[in-house]
Amino acid sequence: MALTPNDVADLARLARIELTPDELAHLAPQLDAILEAVAKVSEVAADDIPPTSHPLPLDNVQRADVVRPSLPREAVLAGAPAAEEDRFRVPRILGEDA
Amino acid sequence: MSADLTRSTAAELASAIASGETSSVEVTQAHLDRMAAVEPAVHAFLHVDGERALAAAARVDADRADGKPLGPLAGVPVALKDVLTYAGAPTTCGSRVLEGWVPPYDATVTRRMLDAGLVILGKTNLDEFAMGSSTENSAYGPTHNPWALDRIPGGSGGGSAAAVAAYEAPLAIGTDTGGSIRQPASVTGTVGIKPTYGGTSRYGLVALASSLDQPGPCARTVLDAALLHTVIAGHDPLDSTSIDAPVPDVVGAARSGDVRGMKIGIVRELGGEGYAPGVEQRFREAVEVLSSLGAEVVEVSCPHFSYALPAYYLVLPSEASSNLAKFDGMRFGLRAGDDGTRSAEEVMGLTREAGFGAEVKRRIILGTYALSSGYYDAYYGQAQKVRTLVTRDFEAAFAAVDVLVSPSTPTTAFRLGEKVDDPIAMYLNDLCTIPSNLAGNASASFPVGLAPEDGLPVGLQVMAPPLADDRLYRVGAALERALQERWGGPLLAQAPELATLVEGVAR
Repeated sequence: MALTPNDVADLARLARIELTPDELAHLAPQLDAILEAVAKVSEVAADDIPPTSHPLPLDNVQRADVVRPSLPREAVLAGAPAAEEDRFRVPRILGEDA
Repeated sequence: MSADLTRSTAAELASAIASGETSSVEVTQAHLDRMAAVEPAVHAFLHVDGERALAAAARVDADRADGKPLGPLAGVPVALKDVLTYAGAPTTCGSRVLEGWVPPYDATVTRRMLDAGLVILGKTNLDEFAMGSSTENSAYGPTHNPWALDRIPGGSGGGSAAAVAAYEAPLAIGTDTGGSIRQPASVTGTVGIKPTYGGTSRYGLVALASSLDQPGPCARTVLDAALLHTVIAGHDPLDSTSIDAPVPDVVGAARSGDVRGMKIGIVRELGGEGYAPGVEQRFREAVEVLSSLGAEVVEVSCPHFSYALPAYYLVLPSEASSNLAKFDGMRFGLRAGDDGTRSAEEVMGLTREAGFGAEVKRRIILGTYALSSGYYDAYYGQAQKVRTLVTRDFEAAFAAVDVLVSPSTPTTAFRLGEKVDDPIAMYLNDLCTIPSNLAGNASASFPVGLAPEDGLPVGLQVMAPPLADDRLYRVGAALERALQERWGGPLLAQAPELATLVEGVAR
């Protein structure tokens, strides 16, 4: 299986990273080599082995339902790239033709 | 205690501050002076918080003067890895995407240290978002190994390990996802502990891989690490994966160092081909020391450990690709290309392109691939099954022995630049440390000497069952005591003086 720069471009689009053509060309063979190395996991016959997603056997840990103060609005918006009227200002969500 | 305050241990400093022999302000100033002298060569810190540190130190001194009770590490300086929040100081995670971001809250680890009277000196350098084994992936430039400035200090927590090794701080906090506390400790001749997963809180730790990340102590001595461990560990309701159980008596274990009757298993799979001769030699000698102190040493096989590294490089990128989705330029950090014409989606793509470095992009895309439909079962699903098998290997081993040991890393510190664009070679650094992250058990690295071929530090890794963190300290203290007797002092006393190294570089 060889990962082409086009494949990497598709993945980068899914991951919302606007890679340059140079980066795509550089990354494709590297990712290919990594995928080949990690494919070693398939050598283990594990049909009847349950998956582990987490090291602790925990389920639905809940905290007591106690009201606590939230962070002040100014403190939260202080780190925002853009804020307006006490809110995060973001670019338009829909495309031009929407 | 040493005449030079920066050469003293945290335990010595704490007791000298408590007795009034010295003050926290004097101790803190001595470390700030040391930083000013060696930071140009080492670059362990991304942010120095001198003013607040001195103010905190003065408060401890005032509390002492008022006769208020002081905690066991009150007034002692500590360095914080720049992936944990400290309100009022920037948290960059070594990334451009968070450059200048100042968090509005403290991590639980930070909060507990402040409450205990520890003095936070600043934030230490790391590979971007803790992805790496050399700190070369930091957007702000690498940290240099105090033993040899052209060598890597390990990673991702190279800044914390180098700060401790260069006497810039007696203590530091690291985080360990695949070895990021233990591998830097190994290559800098210092002590690094990865507590049992859930033993220390992840609240306020910017997540890399949530099921693997764990904060822990970095120090020059085993007792110092245990004292810091005790300050930061314990149940935190703000972290739903925090274990609600008593913290193991790690300080008692560090003071005892008694390994008589302890069963120690050498992991057969973690040695041999690919391991430097000097690493294997010092490892073998250290195991002989443990044996001479009354431990019973056997060989143990963990057959699935050879699959741990590939499984890790599927689990970690998968979790990271999800965790790092929040860096989208909308609510905090960098925003690029927002010229009023572009959509939010386009701005996200440009922000992440501009804000992330090569390794972060590599791992996000790898994770995106491993989680995509059609590949999920073969990659992420299969890796999760391997994780079960690695955990079972540990369970079987710990049914027969009390702890497992191996070299901490296959080699000593390599040269900066040597592996920076060779991801697979770089990933091999974490071969020995990764199994404990996958299974979540406690693990540590302790200095056991210098490799004869290059004169650089070698670490021995100890792995203990979940919540048996005290066993790490017991073994570490036994080694420290016996080896220091052999060396005539701490291993770090054999490190070249930094002033000499800096002159060497200038020449």
